[in-house]
Amino acid sequence: MRSTRAGRLAVLFVYCFGLPLSAAAAENVDQRIDDAIRPWADGISGLIFSSFPVAGVDIPIVLVWLIFAATFFTLYFRFINFRAFRHGFQLVRGDYSDPMAAGEVTHFQALATALSGTVGLGNIAGVAVAVSLGGPGATFWMILAGLLGMSSKFVECTLGVKYRNEYTDGTVSGGPMYYLSKGLAERGPRLKILGKFLAVMFAVFCVGGSFGGGNMFQANQSFVQLLAVTGGESSWLAGKGWVFGLVVAALVGLVVIGGIQGIARVTSRIVPLMAVIYLAAGLSIIAINAEAVPAAMGAIVSGAFSPQGVAGGVVGVLFQGFKRAAFSNEAGIGSAAIAHSAVRTSRPVSEGFVALYEPFIDTVVVCTVTALVIIITGTWNPSIDPSQGVALTSSAFESAIPWFPWVLTIAVVLFAFSTMISWSYYGLKAWTYLFGESKIADALYKILFLAFIVAGSSMQLGSVIDFSDAMIFAMAFPNVLGIYFLLPVVKRELDEYWADYKEGRLPKFGKAARLDRVAGTKK
Amino acid sequence: MSKVLLVGVDCSDCSNRALEYAAKAAEKSKLQMIVVHVIDWSPFSFNTAKENEERHQRREAELDRAHKEIVDPVVSHLREQGLYARGVVRHGHPAETVNALAQEFGATNIIIGKTGSSRLKTQLFGSVANTLVQISELPVTVVP
Repeated sequence: MRSTRAGRLAVLFVYCFGLPLSAAAAENVDQRIDDAIRPWADGISGLIFSSFPVAGVDIPIVLVWLIFAATFFTLYFRFINFRAFRHGFQLVRGDYSDPMAAGEVTHFQALATALSGTVGLGNIAGVAVAVSLGGPGATFWMILAGLLGMSSKFVECTLGVKYRNEYTDGTVSGGPMYYLSKGLAERGPRLKILGKFLAVMFAVFCVGGSFGGGNMFQANQSFVQLLAVTGGESSWLAGKGWVFGLVVAALVGLVVIGGIQGIARVTSRIVPLMAVIYLAAGLSIIAINAEAVPAAMGAIVSGAFSPQGVAGGVVGVLFQGFKRAAFSNEAGIGSAAIAHSAVRTSRPVSEGFVALYEPFIDTVVVCTVTALVIIITGTWNPSIDPSQGVALTSSAFESAIPWFPWVLTIAVVLFAFSTMISWSYYGLKAWTYLFGESKIADALYKILFLAFIVAGSSMQLGSVIDFSDAMIFAMAFPNVLGIYFLLPVVKRELDEYWADYKEGRLPKFGKAARLDRVAGTKK
Repeated sequence: MSKVLLVGVDCSDCSNRALEYAAKAAEKSKLQMIVVHVIDWSPFSFNTAKENEERHQRREAELDRAHKEIVDPVVSHLREQGLYARGVVRHGHPAETVNALAQEFGATNIIIGKTGSSRLKTQLFGSVANTLVQISELPVTVVP
């Protein structure tokens, strides 16, 4: 016992070593923080994004890994992403929810919670970068990646529910670390060792991802947007990223350390509203410029297959679209499985059907709207710096609705905040998996998390984005590899469930049941 | 089979008059009483991951508290009067859930108390009594 605990503490130490905050002197704090963390960030992202050249474009292996998996799952489960689309909606609507279980976490609630962790900057900033660097055609590949990603989510969320831990006090805990270790252990003693290894690897990357894409990237991009609307270089906020970071860190700290769930609850209610406002604004810009839509659609399709002036041609466009889609909807990354595991159901696969909606809403709907606005307003700019994503989307909306950047700023800050809260939860789950439940480990994680918020808002943009991408994508290696071994388990669950569904053996409740009865008596 | 009367209670004190009224009616016509309390809850709310994790535990605690503090005292009081009574606590939209429970238990009548909410509040959110009267397929008695 003692030795494992010592081992854990040693690993803890390694983490602390990476603590980005050096003692900050007053002058140019931002620059110092940036200097301290940049070598780490660049080194890690270089490692994760090992790539090989295709048609003059460096394609990272991790991206091929994700897209291959999503395509394979789609074929293996015979287009489950389309097949179960309608049934997923019935489940979200509550047609199959037993009123006796009222008060438990519903399918809708699990989906909404998972979505609040994914809908955010990826949909606003990432899309702008994809369209700018890859041209309108990147949208096509983004949508395709979203549709394929639905199958990845289906698999990981089904497994998340199936292998979650249910504790005696009634709380639940699930996610890739549990299905990798428990699921693979069921399949033989050799795989048991592999499963444990993958689970630990996943948890380490998940902690990293919670500091990177789930934290620094969010803090950074919301500060950039805030800076832009308050006057850019001449803003009183210029060079004071660390102040913004401290304020955000204090607010996040109130929630995660202070346990003030009220703040989190308020955000979780405002965020869907902001998403609706964002979508409504995007759709109205599209509606106002309805005559430009056919041309935009044409540009999306033609640009997908014969792009002009894009580095790497088709491969280059495809890469941009796939990359931003994957970063936005996180399909195959494993994060959503943690959030979906809280649902109360006796059929794990039913949560998989519900999870299909996550990449659909996130990528196929929200990202497409953003892309259309950018293309229609003609604001995309091939020579964009990837860090200017939010600014570009903002100016696209501004060209149609002059005051919208302010709304967008509020949306961006709130999205960032809710994403941070979600990721602090994912990261902590992974952290406790590694180090066990203890007050010290718990507090240490939370302090580190807050420190990274300050670091993220102070750092230069490029290295933040690279590091964020790297840590999030790294999670896909252990997650997807383990999933391949567990596919037969999901297949069995799916076939049983689907037969029950088709034969009408699943009990329906409420209005849906009454409608069925009426239809039955008429026959 | 005797008839069933469903009584909705908010809290053990504020529904006294409705209960008294219901008890008299039940005694007179030899009805079974189902005492119902609904915990306001929506399946379409937005929660944090932390809330979801603890939801099952919370639900148990909520049910337990509602039974101990609201429904059980009422039921035992009614039983002391020699009436047949049974308590039910459920989560959901108050009016819709009372209506659904009335159907589930085959009730012939619903009796509920009127809550003393202000005019403005009623204008904004509607009241349980109003909604129930609108949606119920059974006679509803609202006791002031």
